[in-house]
Amino acid sequence: MSGSATPALAAARAGRSGSRRKKADRFGDRFLFGICLAAAVVAVVVLILIVYQVFDGARPAMSKYGLSFITDTEWQPNFKVFGAGVPLFGTVVSSFFALLLGAPIAISIGLFLSLLAPSAVRGIVSPLVEMLAAVPSVILGFWGLLILAPFVQSTIEPALHDTLGFIPIFGTPQTTGLSMFTASLILTIMIVPIIASISRDLFVAVPSDLQDGAAALGATRWEVVRGVVLPSTASGVVAASILGLGRALGEAIAVSQVIGAGTAIKPSVFLPADTLAARIALQFPGALGEMHQAALFYCGAILLVIGLVSNLTAQWIGRRFSYQGVAAK
Amino acid sequence: MSGGIPDPTAPLIPSGNLRRRQIFSKITEYAATAAAVLAVAVLALVVYTVVSRGAKAIDWEFITTSYPTGVAPMLVGTAIIVAIGTAIAMPLGVLIAIYLTEYAGSRGAGLLRTTLDLLNGIPSIILGLFVFKLLVYHKSQSGFAGSVALAIIELPLIARGTQEVLRLVPNSMREASEALGVARWRSVLTVVLPSALGGIITATVLAVARAAGETAPLILLSSIGPLDKVTVDPSEPLANVPVFIYKLSEEGNPEGFATGWGIALLLISFILFASLGARALLARSKRKLASS
Repeated sequence: MSGSATPALAAARAGRSGSRRKKADRFGDRFLFGICLAAAVVAVVVLILIVYQVFDGARPAMSKYGLSFITDTEWQPNFKVFGAGVPLFGTVVSSFFALLLGAPIAISIGLFLSLLAPSAVRGIVSPLVEMLAAVPSVILGFWGLLILAPFVQSTIEPALHDTLGFIPIFGTPQTTGLSMFTASLILTIMIVPIIASISRDLFVAVPSDLQDGAAALGATRWEVVRGVVLPSTASGVVAASILGLGRALGEAIAVSQVIGAGTAIKPSVFLPADTLAARIALQFPGALGEMHQAALFYCGAILLVIGLVSNLTAQWIGRRFSYQGVAAK
Repeated sequence: MSGGIPDPTAPLIPSGNLRRRQIFSKITEYAATAAAVLAVAVLALVVYTVVSRGAKAIDWEFITTSYPTGVAPMLVGTAIIVAIGTAIAMPLGVLIAIYLTEYAGSRGAGLLRTTLDLLNGIPSIILGLFVFKLLVYHKSQSGFAGSVALAIIELPLIARGTQEVLRLVPNSMREASEALGVARWRSVLTVVLPSALGGIITATVLAVARAAGETAPLILLSSIGPLDKVTVDPSEPLANVPVFIYKLSEEGNPEGFATGWGIALLLISFILFASLGARALLARSKRKLASS
């Protein structure tokens, strides 16, 4: 049989195998598209599930304590009295403080890396700054606990107290160095590399024509930055700062190691405090019963809402006001 | 003298307002440089402390035996948890990246990108709560639950990193493949993906480096693994490096701190070398793609 293959038959066979290949291709195309789409759907579903499950876990506490949970400052697991006022306050203050301290430093680093540094220096410093972001939070917290906190306690806090002690936020230092202030410093270290690397990318993208034009008109380097670079990237820098803030708000481990698990709202930043994330990390493993867990889930739900809103805001600002997407970073 | 023609032989030194502006500009330059120096100094300080205190603790026994003389169970546990997490996240992440660059319309891509950024921005402790509710609640802790949480952390990193290199694959390669009559899926799998392989590996390594040090979810999901013997069953809680360091820091025992510095050194050197290596690889593969 096989010996009597005519050209016509060979052509037909070729056509058949061709159509088999076509069939395989049709299947392959659909299959690849299908699993890619499925993977994309999984990502969206996971996000929705996260929100649902966290709120579901918080439901008992939500129905029992309602919205006053947010402002209540009593937290006594033994008596099933829960309010997230203290950790919420600590979260906001420590992150805000970290942003206040970290954003100017980070933006300066971005300016240094994009406009000042010679390319050899840039090639070394740029990855080093990003390495700082790669240091795991638990190691940073360990370092903060054993090295930074004693130093802060013995040197920085007394100095600030002596010079600025008339302001109530710089009260008398404690003996441990575990305080809102130390936590803010650790958070600053964590958010600086994030804001710095995004703002560096933004500054690099500012057209050099504009900068050269300003320089040709007699502007000094600072005036070029002030008049051209910062205004044209302002929205992106704001978005980067919000992303950094979001990171600081949600950091649990390093903060719980150095903040000292305070139980009350105190005016002085040198006293122990607590944040939502740190409280979950500290208390969840040993939670006393369902309601305690639910209250911690409620803390998580508050944190989740803050995190999602700040992230969306950063994305929105990045897309809307900037000529290049910061949110893409 | 006054009001006359300025002395043409006087040296050209800025004066008055210009001088003030220039000095101010110099000061800001020094300040920016100082900020960069500060960041590098903090990194150097942290790494120096970990190295100088950790090196004393590390020897062969430390790596190969179980607690209290060594940390082998934690190293093995972290390796298993991260490996399973990566095995979940990498295929999903790469498929999502393919979807983003090859298939998605602009609206779908926008939604998906937003989703990935939101996932990336969710605090890791929240992911711990989520997986706890999903897999641990009314059951027991497990290494696998930890892996799922780490997979969620890794997913957006891998997807975004892969998508960035896939975007760099020149369209001419896709068009050439198309012109030869190659089906879409074949050209994706045999032309586009191989040329982006370096970038995919980089993104994965970076995600692994990030996941290896992630502590918050594991505190809720795999914190009670046995420290005194090596276990490898992910359906049971597995001891792991980050939670071990965290617990040592809470105990406040000086001997524990010494062990803590030792294992912190192992972890930080893995992470720093992995991310440095990955970055070098990425730079190379990007150059290659750009020149092709």
